[in-house]
Amino acid sequence: MTATPSEARALLEPPADFVRRHVGPGEAERAEMLKSLGVVSLDALVAETVPEGIRLGRALSLPAPLGEEQALAELRQKAAKNRVFRSFIGMGYHDCHTPAVILRNVLENPGWYTQYTPYQAEIAQGRLEALLNYQTMVADLTGLPLANASLLDEATAAGEAMTLCRAVAKAGLDGFYVAEDCHPQTIALVRTKAEPLGIRVHVGPVEAIDFAGQKLFGVLVQYPATDGVVRDFTGFAERAHAAGALLVMATDLLALTLLRSPGELGADVALGSAQRFGVPMGYGGPHAAFFATKDEHKRHMPGRLVGVSKDAEGRPAYRLSLQTREQHIRRDKATSNICTAQVLLAIMASMYAVYHGPDGLRAIARRVHALARVLQRGLRRLGFDAGTAPFFDTLRVRTSPEKGRAVVERARAKGVNLRSYADGSVGAALDETTLPEDLVALLQAFAGGPVGFTPEQLAGEVEGAVPAPHARKDAFLLHPVFNRYHAEHEMLRYLQRLQSRDLSLTHSMIPLGSCTMKLNGTSEMIPVTWPELGKLHPFAPAEQARGYHEMFADLERWLAEITGFAAVSLQPNSGAQGEYSGLLTIRAWHLSRGDAHRDVCLIPVSAHGTNPASAVMAGFRVVAVACDAHGNIDVADLRAKAEQNKAALGALMVTYPSTHGVFEEAIREICKAVHENGGQVYMDGANMNAQVGLTCPADIGADVCHLNLHKTFCIPHGGGGPGMGPIAVAAHLAPFLPGHPLVKTGGAKSYGSVAAAPWGSASILCISWVYIRTMGAEGLKRATEVAILNANYMAKRLEPHYPIVYTGVSGRVAHEFILDGRGFKKAGIEVEDVAKRLMDYGFHAPTMSWPVAGTLMVEPTESESKAELDRFCDAMIAIRREIRDVEEGRVKAEESPLRRAPHTARAVTAARWERPYSREQGAFPAPWVKEAKFWPSVARIDNTWGDRNLFCTCPPVEGLED
Amino acid sequence: MYPQDFRYAKDHEWIKVEGDHGRVGITDYAQKQLGDVVFLELPEVGRSLKAGEQFGTVESVKAVSELYSPIGGEVVEVNAALVSKPETINKDPHGQAWMIVLKITDPAEAGALMDAAAYEALVASEAK
Repeated sequence: MTATPSEARALLEPPADFVRRHVGPGEAERAEMLKSLGVVSLDALVAETVPEGIRLGRALSLPAPLGEEQALAELRQKAAKNRVFRSFIGMGYHDCHTPAVILRNVLENPGWYTQYTPYQAEIAQGRLEALLNYQTMVADLTGLPLANASLLDEATAAGEAMTLCRAVAKAGLDGFYVAEDCHPQTIALVRTKAEPLGIRVHVGPVEAIDFAGQKLFGVLVQYPATDGVVRDFTGFAERAHAAGALLVMATDLLALTLLRSPGELGADVALGSAQRFGVPMGYGGPHAAFFATKDEHKRHMPGRLVGVSKDAEGRPAYRLSLQTREQHIRRDKATSNICTAQVLLAIMASMYAVYHGPDGLRAIARRVHALARVLQRGLRRLGFDAGTAPFFDTLRVRTSPEKGRAVVERARAKGVNLRSYADGSVGAALDETTLPEDLVALLQAFAGGPVGFTPEQLAGEVEGAVPAPHARKDAFLLHPVFNRYHAEHEMLRYLQRLQSRDLSLTHSMIPLGSCTMKLNGTSEMIPVTWPELGKLHPFAPAEQARGYHEMFADLERWLAEITGFAAVSLQPNSGAQGEYSGLLTIRAWHLSRGDAHRDVCLIPVSAHGTNPASAVMAGFRVVAVACDAHGNIDVADLRAKAEQNKAALGALMVTYPSTHGVFEEAIREICKAVHENGGQVYMDGANMNAQVGLTCPADIGADVCHLNLHKTFCIPHGGGGPGMGPIAVAAHLAPFLPGHPLVKTGGAKSYGSVAAAPWGSASILCISWVYIRTMGAEGLKRATEVAILNANYMAKRLEPHYPIVYTGVSGRVAHEFILDGRGFKKAGIEVEDVAKRLMDYGFHAPTMSWPVAGTLMVEPTESESKAELDRFCDAMIAIRREIRDVEEGRVKAEESPLRRAPHTARAVTAARWERPYSREQGAFPAPWVKEAKFWPSVARIDNTWGDRNLFCTCPPVEGLED
Repeated sequence: MYPQDFRYAKDHEWIKVEGDHGRVGITDYAQKQLGDVVFLELPEVGRSLKAGEQFGTVESVKAVSELYSPIGGEVVEVNAALVSKPETINKDPHGQAWMIVLKITDPAEAGALMDAAAYEALVASEAK
């Protein structure tokens, strides 16, 4: 028997079988699960679940899948086209050393990167402590008492600061002044953000501020400035305050180890990027931005805030505080629309400070400053004007455009990138990786040949210290955590200790509905720390980033194919930022047609809180649309609201499948009604994991959507960021896609920029690239089908025990479903008790009380095997029995293991045990827990106490002891 | 449960009219819906409010709610003790947890509000 040529080839080709690694249930398991549902095949299940009218009916046109090794080899080849230069461009991005102990044990460690945001605080004490360290570090260095747990990037942090200032300033002021020596990407983003909010932005020299005449509610300055100058801001805050304006300082944490703090200078807000604290530049991100303010503005603070409370045993415990500020509760009145932060990167930065300690950080800063002084000295000796103003690490050399160009070109020939200013002057920003030989290369580039002196000779001639009055006098990072772990063994064990307090995907499934906690494949993660991706400055010349651009082009093409749209922007850094940029795209389109009045945005009441928050930020008025008893959008109400607002209708925001976990039959009709009344349809891509390969946003009738790459496309959640929220748009919207002030990208009629970097968090895009490249069209479709299968299988198993709140017309759910816990209230049991009890079984709870209060929303994803789904179902069924014990009066609610959950090792090993159930039932309620026990490190946390007694920096040591 | 001499607004504020002044708070039903209150923000004395105008916010661990003036008037007194101990709202919503006193602009506005029986009926229908 002879094989056909293709069969023969297949015999020799390496297998392209990543799909069997990514998808949990194998063929036999899938058959069993389908049987339990009474359907014959995955196709038959999809036919019952996805409305026929919107089914794709064709295979996605994507390259044939490669095996993991082949995909990595292909990406390696692309990455090799990136050229890693020494970048001294600065502008908020500096090369740095990621301490190896942090690189391997945090950034490359699934025990740190696979978790979700720490909403279930009892099993997240490790990263909550790390984030509290971050807040303490930022508060100490900025001299402002209250710091949040990170924002997306420095430019968006500046945008958030502007809205904070407006919220707390007195009424009637509508001007915001931005010093012209702020980073250009910050200025551009602030302008973009201000316009739809009706804020007038003035950009000019600090000396030209006219507080009263410009009706300023706030001023933004950069300290040190983008060109390196450290201005004397003594008395400046007082002038601002006297006029009713707030002072915002964008700043640099390393510089602040030597410079007077913004707090000392009277600033109301300090912000910036923590990137240079050990996080690779990554061609733009991801990095953590920091944000600190005064205590009196705490309720206007954007982003997440970790605080200290106490647990049921009276011991200190960490939690997310003041959540009522955030969009999931405050919706259109939230302080910010952003949900995802940059937790993983904030943790890296905090650990950099923990590892180096205050003396280590100061030593790094002094060395960087000394290098810059030597450079300045050398340049002067060569006859260049290297400035006379105080500075920290950045010099601006004034020279003619021709001379400047020649310097930059000579530097480039030596593999060095410098900053070129529009006026011809040349900038150099030094960092902790700078070596004496870099100074030689820089001096030679300026001189145009060898110089007759060495950096070592110059070093003896320069002053090391920052001059008064700028020098910092107060101490910082005095807390023991920053002074204890400087030996690598100590650091390694500290990291390990914190990690062991967090439940992650390395332990068990995290069935958070709407969060899509799927596999973050190791092969997908490997390239993230390749130097060819990590060491590129975002504003390096495009010809040094050819590999990146090939990867962007692939990804844009693939995501366009998957969504059915014409164009993609990779700029937004989170889902909410995607929503915001998508809505701005719609707004720009309306404006281009002379329809400035189209500012009504219809949003169903079931929408995620980010939707109304983003809409308000993008200048829309929110009109809520009702849902019917089945959880679907009330089509009659939608039609009525669309028609009532016919003249002003701008957009509809709709999640598909719905936030209730159902493929709504009427989706096409809904989109049509909006179009007929002049609106555009924005599809929230949170639930895209139920669409890929089966249907697409373009086919349901949407005009624009975002994609949470950290959900559907495998970027890990990082414990609360990074994320990526690219948007895809129909052809008519493509010209308006976001651009960038420094790098060519986006549409020809772009409305501005939404992130500091042109391609957002470029370095993590490789994760989604590897995922799509190894899955191929068939694999991606299979993933979606199994996501639906897994959800329906679990729903079927749990239905006899918990009512399923919503199903589609055929009785099927989509890729997630809602379990009703409202009936237990009568017996005194809340869904929160179920969530906490799950911890004793070794599980993270499903999404609690969203989108319906008193319920749990379960999303298994395709990556969980049948065995894992069964284990979770067994836990839920066992908990149901415990609830029944309470309902039927055998146990009092307050004495039940539910209410007393979670059980700590301390509680079950204490000498006294005065509970009506056994210690074993408390901590070992299921067989698998006896094999491998995850111990919650604290008992139930008192949320009320925490919010009434807000404390957001490392607690004093005595408080941590018994 | 709900004092007979109070009048009630549909947003769950009560007002107790005392001559040309009115004392304003939130109802027991409202505090139960909020859960443990952690923060309260009240206006300055001297501010004039229209009926239905927001005069503050009340915040619990899980929710935040705007406070609306049931009738128009000028704020003549503010319960500063309550701002520093907002948990009193959960303990004594109809008594010690009064929030502001208004000098009433138009007494007829109070008459248009619900009496205790009507408010109890509203609560019963919302609780369903």
